[in-house]
Amino acid sequence: MFDGSLNGKLTASGELRWGRHLTFRPDKLGVAIALLAVYGALSPFATMRANRIVRGESLGMLSALPTWAGWLLAFTVLGAASVALSRSPAVARFLAAALALAMLIVCVGLSGTFLAPADNAYARISPASGFWLLLFTFSLLATDSITRMRPSPVLRLVYLATAVGLVYLTLVSGIWDGLSVMKEYSARADVFWTEASRHLALALGSLFAAMLAGLPLGVLCERVPALRAGVLNTLNLIQTIPSIALFGILIGPLGWVAVNVPGASAIGIRGIGMAPAFVALFLYSLLPVVANTVAGLNGVPGATREAARGIGMTSAQRLFRVELPLALPVILTGIRIVLVQNIGLATIAALIGGGGFGTFVFQGLGQTATDLVLLGALPTVALAFVSAVILDALIEMNRTVAVNKRAA
Amino acid sequence: MIEIESVSKLYDGRPVVDDVSMVVEPRSIAVIVGTSGSGKTTLLRMINRLVEGDAGAIRLDGADNRSIAGYELRRRIGYAIQGHGLFPHKTVADNIATVPTLLGWDRPRVNDKVRELLSLFQLDPDVFGTRYPHELSGGEQQRVGVARALAAEPNVLLMDEPFGALDPIIRAKAQEDLLAIQKHFSTTIILVTHDMEEAFRLADKIAVMDGGRLLQYGRPDELIRQPATPFVEALIGASERPFRILSLKTVGEAVEPGGADGPPLPEQTSQKDALAQMMWTGRHAMPVVTAEGNPIGRVTLDGLMKRAEA
Ligand SMILES: Nc1ncnc2c1ncn2[C@@H]1O[C@H](COP(=O)(O)OP(=O)(O)OP(=O)(O)O)[C@@H](O)[C@H]1O
Ligand SMILES: [Mg+2]
Repeated sequence: MFDGSLNGKLTASGELRWGRHLTFRPDKLGVAIALLAVYGALSPFATMRANRIVRGESLGMLSALPTWAGWLLAFTVLGAASVALSRSPAVARFLAAALALAMLIVCVGLSGTFLAPADNAYARISPASGFWLLLFTFSLLATDSITRMRPSPVLRLVYLATAVGLVYLTLVSGIWDGLSVMKEYSARADVFWTEASRHLALALGSLFAAMLAGLPLGVLCERVPALRAGVLNTLNLIQTIPSIALFGILIGPLGWVAVNVPGASAIGIRGIGMAPAFVALFLYSLLPVVANTVAGLNGVPGATREAARGIGMTSAQRLFRVELPLALPVILTGIRIVLVQNIGLATIAALIGGGGFGTFVFQGLGQTATDLVLLGALPTVALAFVSAVILDALIEMNRTVAVNKRAA
Repeated sequence: MIEIESVSKLYDGRPVVDDVSMVVEPRSIAVIVGTSGSGKTTLLRMINRLVEGDAGAIRLDGADNRSIAGYELRRRIGYAIQGHGLFPHKTVADNIATVPTLLGWDRPRVNDKVRELLSLFQLDPDVFGTRYPHELSGGEQQRVGVARALAAEPNVLLMDEPFGALDPIIRAKAQEDLLAIQKHFSTTIILVTHDMEEAFRLADKIAVMDGGRLLQYGRPDELIRQPATPFVEALIGASERPFRILSLKTVGEAVEPGGADGPPLPEQTSQKDALAQMMWTGRHAMPVVTAEGNPIGRVTLDGLMKRAEA
C-alpha cells in the first residue's frame, strides 16, 4: 500500500513535467516582435544613391553587407526574435534585444563603408526601411524587458545614461561616418550645434517661462474657483489653435511691439524669428502646467488641509510645506507633457525663422534630401525620449519617496 | 480654564451654534455629545477660531481668544481630528515635530519631545519615528495624530471624534491612554463624540447639544439623575440608566461584610463590571480585595441590584 501511493505520486509528477515540456505557449508581445523582426529582416536594409537627391537602389541585408556580416546579422536577428517568442526571463530578453541592437548599429555603419564605391565621393548610403523596422522592434523588446524587470527610478536613469553613452561612443568612433546622415552632419557641424542650442533654448526656455507664470496662476485658480473655469477655458482654446496659425496670429502683435515699444527689438522681439515661436510654445505650455497644478492641489486630502490649518500653519506655510509637496507628482506630470510637446513643436519654429532642428527638416523637405530631414528629426526624437524617461523617473521618485526613504 | 460665553454661529442666517455658554475647569475633560448636525464640531472649531463666531466670546485662562492671530492661537491649542490628518509626505517624527518647529524650538528639544511622546504612546521611537503614516495601522496613526496635537505642550486639547474610526478594543485602549496622558500633562480636554460609552468613560462633565443649543452641561451622574429634557434622557438611554449609575461607582463603595467564593474583585472595579461578572458566572456574591490584595468583604448580586434601582 505504501509502495502503491508512492508510485502514484511519482507518476503524477512525471506526467506534470511532461505536460509542461510539451506545451509551447508563446509570449504575446513576442509573437508581434518575431513577426516584425522577420519582416524587417526581409525588407531592404540600406539604400545606395549616386548622389544625395536622386532615387536610390534598395539592398537587402545579405547584399548590403560583407557575406559574413550579413549572415551574422541575420542569425542574430532571428535568434533574438526566438528568445522574444518563448516565455524567457526578462534578463534574457533584454540581453537578446541589446545584442540585436548592437549588431544593427555596427552593421549599418559597416554597410556604409562596404557599399561606398571607390570612385564616387558623392554616393550616399542610408539605412532603409528594414533597418528602421528592426531598430524599432528591438527597442520595443528592450523597453518591454526593462519594464518587466521593474527597475527603480534611479536604475532607469542609469540605464538611460548607459544608452546615451553608447550612442555617443558610436558617433565619435566613426563607424557611422560612411552613412549619409553623418555626411550631412559633417558638412554643417557648426550650424548643427547652433540649431541644437536654439532648439533647446526654445523648448526649455518656454517651459521655464510657463512654469514661472503657470504655477502661481494654478495656485490662484485653485484658491479662487470663480477664476478657474475662465482661465482653463481660455487656455484650452489656445491649445486648439494649430501651431502654424498661432505663429501667424503672433506676427502682427509682436511686429507692432518691436516697432512701438522702446528696447523691444533690442532684446530680439520681432514679428518673425525666435520671439513668436517662443511666445507660441509658452502659450501652449500654460494649459498643462496650470491644469495639473489645480488638479494636484485639489487632490490634497481634506483631512490633511484641515490638520495643517488646525495645527497653526499660516496660509503660505500650508502651501509650501503641505499642499505643493503633495501636489508635486501631478505637477511634474504636467511639466513632462509640456517638455516632450515643446521639444516636438519647436521643430515648427523653423517655418518662421525661429531656428532649431526644424531648419534641417524643412530644408531637407525642400530639397527632397531625406538624409537632411533625418539630421533634424533623429536628434529631436532622441531629445524627447531622453526627457520623457528622466521626468518619468523624477515623478516616480516623488511618488515613492516615502517607501524609498525607508528602504534606504 | 475655558470660558465659553453666549457664543453663536450663523450659516445662511440659520443658527448652527445658538447662544452656548459653558465653563471647562482646568485639567478636566469635557465631552460634547449630540445628534449629527447639532453643532458640536462648529462649537469646537470656534474655540481655536477655525470658525469665527458671530456673537459671544471665548476666553482661555482669562484671555480672549481673539487677542492674538488665529494661527498663533492654534499653535497653542492641540487639535486632533477623526482620520488623524497626518501629513502623508512626512515621517512620523516630522509630523509630531511640526508645531514645535513652527514655534522655533531648537532641534535637540524637538527631538527629545518626539521621543518622549512616542514612548508615552507606546510606539518605539527608533522603529516608528522614521516610518511614514501609510506604514502604520489605523490605531497607530490615531495615536500619532494625538501625539502631534500634544507636541507643543498645549494647555488645551480639542478632539473631534478622535477614536471614531477605531474598532472597540483598540478604542478602549486609546481611551485609557488618553486618560493617562491627560493626567501626565494636566491638559484641559474638550472632546466630541457620538459614543455615549466613551462620553461616560472619559468625561468629568458632559455637554449635550441639539439643534445648536446646549441642552445640559453637568457631571455624568447629574445627567443620569436629572436629565434636563426628554431629549437628554433619550440620548443617555433611559433603559440603560441603572447600569450607567453602576458604571460610575466602584465595588469598594458597595462592599458588605462577609466572605464569598470565586475570584476576588479589586475594590476599584466598577459596580457595573462586577454585576456583569456575577450574572455571566451565575454567582450571587464575590469577594472584594484592596489594591494590595487584602480581603475587605464581599459584594452581592442583590445588593448591586438594589443600588441600580435606587
Ligand atoms: N461651512 C459651512 N457652511 C454652511 N453650513 C455649515 C458649514 N459647516 C457646518 N454647517 C452646518 O452646520 C450644522 C452643524 O454642523 P457641525 O459640523 O457642527 O455638526 P456636528 O454636530 O459636528 O455633526 P456630526 O456629528 O455629523 O459631525 C450642520 O447642519 C452643517 O450642515
Ligand atoms: Mg462633527
